[in-house]
Amino acid sequence: MNFEFTEEQKMIQQAAKDFAERELLPDVIERDTKSEFPSEHIKKLSELGFLGMMADPKYDGGGMDTISYVLAMEEISKIDSSVAVVMSVCNSLVNWGIEKFGNEEQKEKYLRPLASGQKIGAFLLSEPEAGSDATKQRTTAEDKGDHYLLNGTKNWITNANCASTYIVIAQTHPDKGHKGINAIIVDKDTPGITLGPHEDKMGMRSSDTHSVMFNDVKVPKENRIGEDGFGFSFAMKTLDGGRIGIASQALGIASGAFERAVNYSKERKAFGTEIVNHQAIAFKLADMAVKIENARNLCLKAAWLKDQGQPYGYISAMAKLYCADISMEVTTEAVQIHGGYGYVKEYHVERLMREAKLTQIYEGTSEIQKIVISRMLTR
Amino acid sequence: MKILVCISDVPDTTTKIKFSNENKELDKTGIQWIINPWDELSLTRAIELKEASGGKIESITVINVGQKGSEPTIRKALAMGADNAIRIDAEPKEAYYVAYQLAEVIKSKDFDIVLTGLDSADYNGSSVGGMLGELLDITNVSAISALNIEDDKVFVNREIEGGTQKLEIQTPFIAVVQKGIAIEPRIPAMRGIMQARTKPLEVVSPVDTDCLTENLVYELPQPKGACKKFSEENVSELVEVLHKEAKLI
Repeated sequence: MNFEFTEEQKMIQQAAKDFAERELLPDVIERDTKSEFPSEHIKKLSELGFLGMMADPKYDGGGMDTISYVLAMEEISKIDSSVAVVMSVCNSLVNWGIEKFGNEEQKEKYLRPLASGQKIGAFLLSEPEAGSDATKQRTTAEDKGDHYLLNGTKNWITNANCASTYIVIAQTHPDKGHKGINAIIVDKDTPGITLGPHEDKMGMRSSDTHSVMFNDVKVPKENRIGEDGFGFSFAMKTLDGGRIGIASQALGIASGAFERAVNYSKERKAFGTEIVNHQAIAFKLADMAVKIENARNLCLKAAWLKDQGQPYGYISAMAKLYCADISMEVTTEAVQIHGGYGYVKEYHVERLMREAKLTQIYEGTSEIQKIVISRMLTR
Repeated sequence: MKILVCISDVPDTTTKIKFSNENKELDKTGIQWIINPWDELSLTRAIELKEASGGKIESITVINVGQKGSEPTIRKALAMGADNAIRIDAEPKEAYYVAYQLAEVIKSKDFDIVLTGLDSADYNGSSVGGMLGELLDITNVSAISALNIEDDKVFVNREIEGGTQKLEIQTPFIAVVQKGIAIEPRIPAMRGIMQARTKPLEVVSPVDTDCLTENLVYELPQPKGACKKFSEENVSELVEVLHKEAKLI
């Protein structure tokens, strides 16, 4: 066992922390209030290589390990989860999916500009009537010989507008159920694609979330990832890794709120002393600290397993479940510790609490994670 | 043109400072080490100049007097964009010792501009840059707030009382830099962090030389007292406290 990070991992953690504090913190409240997408911030983040940090350097990626990714995600999420989610979708879902399962032509054409940060990707799985039950895809990819014809609607799509490259999960053979589903790379500017309005969300308000409609969208057959019918398996395998990203995002939201709560409790006085000296507050902080430490260890273990080439789906589901749940608990307590100040925007913790809620819902709800974990127990 | 940036390895500026060995030494337990902030800005400016030079600036080297433990700091400088590094394998005991070690290495190389920070965030000696100029017998310009290269000519701005002085300087020279030299330190990019693994880091042995100063003791300042508040009607009491207690007026 070795809990020491490498020199490089520490450097990446520090770079992410510096970026978040210098570039994201000054206007994060304003962007959240206005639901304004952080275009300039994302451009700088991509120039630093964070959007393709885990992709193979052969395709212009950063070549970093998953542990480095967890450390960076935590630091960015402490300040602004709307930016972290762009990083998570690009790294964990789109880049990894193409790198792991795409063919060489697809990697050259699509992964290279994504890994270098020139382009942004989006992962289109959820539908109005297929969220947790992803087997019930209604979007169709009709086989027309040399191309697929896409029709249907995808919901809650992160990066829908800013992305150039979509990975769309769609049903080709309805008679085969989930074994008839395909994963297809689609250029966003293909005729027939339209976007719904920007979603006015509770948290992560400045992330770019829309529904996406496909109306007779023609996509070359060579854009299918893997064999015919591989799409559902592709989505599930990709989401296993995606869970590490969202778990570390939830961890960052929790640790960001926790750091603010500790600092506040050392400054705020009540009944003649700093409130950290009151057991009611001190014990809350102790409980929060334990939860965060556990959450971090789960994230890092999932990342370590992935880096070692060992199965990680079981632990990544645990990490996603636990980190999201404690993120909600810790941020709620952080608001409580701040009292009235916690309920106003200036102190950030109310925003972090709103952001935490989403981590229990997207990329597999907490309940779905329990299904994943319990099914593995009963195999 | 070749640029050398001298970097010190200093405690993070938020470190809670403690002393050991009867208050003669800094207690290094648990300290996070960083590049001295002025040096980090110097390096940032050197990188900006190199990027804009169209190849006229051949290389940026960083040099540090420090033991093995300072290598993470050096690697960060390489990740930021320095091309290679030299570590003089010695404890940076005091300013003259450090300047002497640096001068011995610089003598044998061919640098056009040597950048040092105005002072280091640990001991704030503000001495190494000046000593280097003397030991190398080359021009030393202090308190530089801007460094530009135009048509192969080097220009600097110095902040002086009440204004700014602009100078053109012949190379080689020592540039002792301060606020303004760069806006913000550069954040290392993934590519830089990856490349830092393989960039050359030369370790050289120190030369024998004596220290000119010996540290006797450190004293921490008294903890700040509680804040006193005076109402607008009590100006006379405020004046009395400023006079008798604070001895400011």
